Amino acid sequence: MAAQSNLRNMVLCLTLVCLVCGGLLGAVNAITAGIIEETAHKNLVASIAKVLPEGGELSESQTSDAAGIDEYYVLSSEGAPLAYAVKSTTVGFGGDLTIIVGVLPDGTVYNTSVFAHAETPGLGAKCTEEESQFRTQFKGYKGSMKVKKDGGDLDAITASTITSRAFTKAVAQAVEFVNSLNGGSGNE
Amino acid sequence: MSKFHYLSDGLVKNNPTFVLVLGMCPTLATTTSALNGMEMGLATMFVLILSNIVISLIAPVVPDKVHIPVYIVVIATFVTLLELLMKAYVPAVYASLGLFIPLIVVNCIVLGRAEAFAGKNGVGASALDGIGVGLGFTLSLTVIGLIREILGSGSAFGFKLFAGDGILAFVLAPGAFLVIGYLMVLFNKYLKK
Repeated sequence: MAAQSNLRNMVLCLTLVCLVCGGLLGAVNAITAGIIEETAHKNLVASIAKVLPEGGELSESQTSDAAGIDEYYVLSSEGAPLAYAVKSTTVGFGGDLTIIVGVLPDGTVYNTSVFAHAETPGLGAKCTEEESQFRTQFKGYKGSMKVKKDGGDLDAITASTITSRAFTKAVAQAVEFVNSLNGGSGNE
Repeated sequence: MSKFHYLSDGLVKNNPTFVLVLGMCPTLATTTSALNGMEMGLATMFVLILSNIVISLIAPVVPDKVHIPVYIVVIATFVTLLELLMKAYVPAVYASLGLFIPLIVVNCIVLGRAEAFAGKNGVGASALDGIGVGLGFTLSLTVIGLIREILGSGSAFGFKLFAGDGILAFVLAPGAFLVIGYLMVLFNKYLKK
């Protein structure tokens, strides 16, 4: 079967195989990169729309230095902010958990949406189910941002305390960020 | 003797999960629901068929001492290809399998079939073997996923069968071991002749 090995044909063979494979991957990457980015962008726009009330004008992405907050968007009407969409990241069970939180200027959560996660399928990944009790309890929520196990009022996902904590922390951090924004601008 | 037996061998005699007991890592991890198991099986099948075909073509000219690195490069290429295509065209499926797609590279089934079959047989037979073993893997994963989903979440393929949460342990790792163990017993007793 296989050919005899000598240095020349081993080097030649490996180089050739790597060249062909690299070329193929490069070509496919060139085709799909645009589509992947477009999908990600579409997802982001849809997620933002989902967590904000209707109407008003959405600002461009604004960057922030606050821990865990990469960027945020302001929805405003005639100069007055209606709501904020904050992209908030915490560490979940399987890696970074990034959610988008819609927060009203008074610090009430309007809605949430999972942007990226690496939670366990069937367990922590349940945090993506929008109709679940865990997710709906955040709608219009204002108060202690802690799960019941930590002495708060929020229900956790069964058997996924770490994910629930990470999610809750991400929401808390977004609300805190919006409060600090409003506090900083003198609550106009 | 027709070539058909290459195909059916993968389903029963060489069933990757219950007989060869290969690729246990994705088997345990992705079978939390029937759909996840099936998607993972199909993704592996895609890589398996293509890598089997290519490896059976290049095997005669690859020097013996470097054949494993060459096989791995070929397999990794197809896995990355699959990853890019899934991200672009079926992002929802990619999101639910995530980490386990790149891990197909180190799935023993793929390299195992390359080494044990594709490197020694022709293109046609290797392609059939890829389809057979791929189908065997997909079916096994779907069945394991289905049982775990019914017992653990009370649903099948996402459709709710009864109210409530089911037996949580079956969604977790211990349930995977239990289900695989019992299925392996049944499989070896009744199907493997």
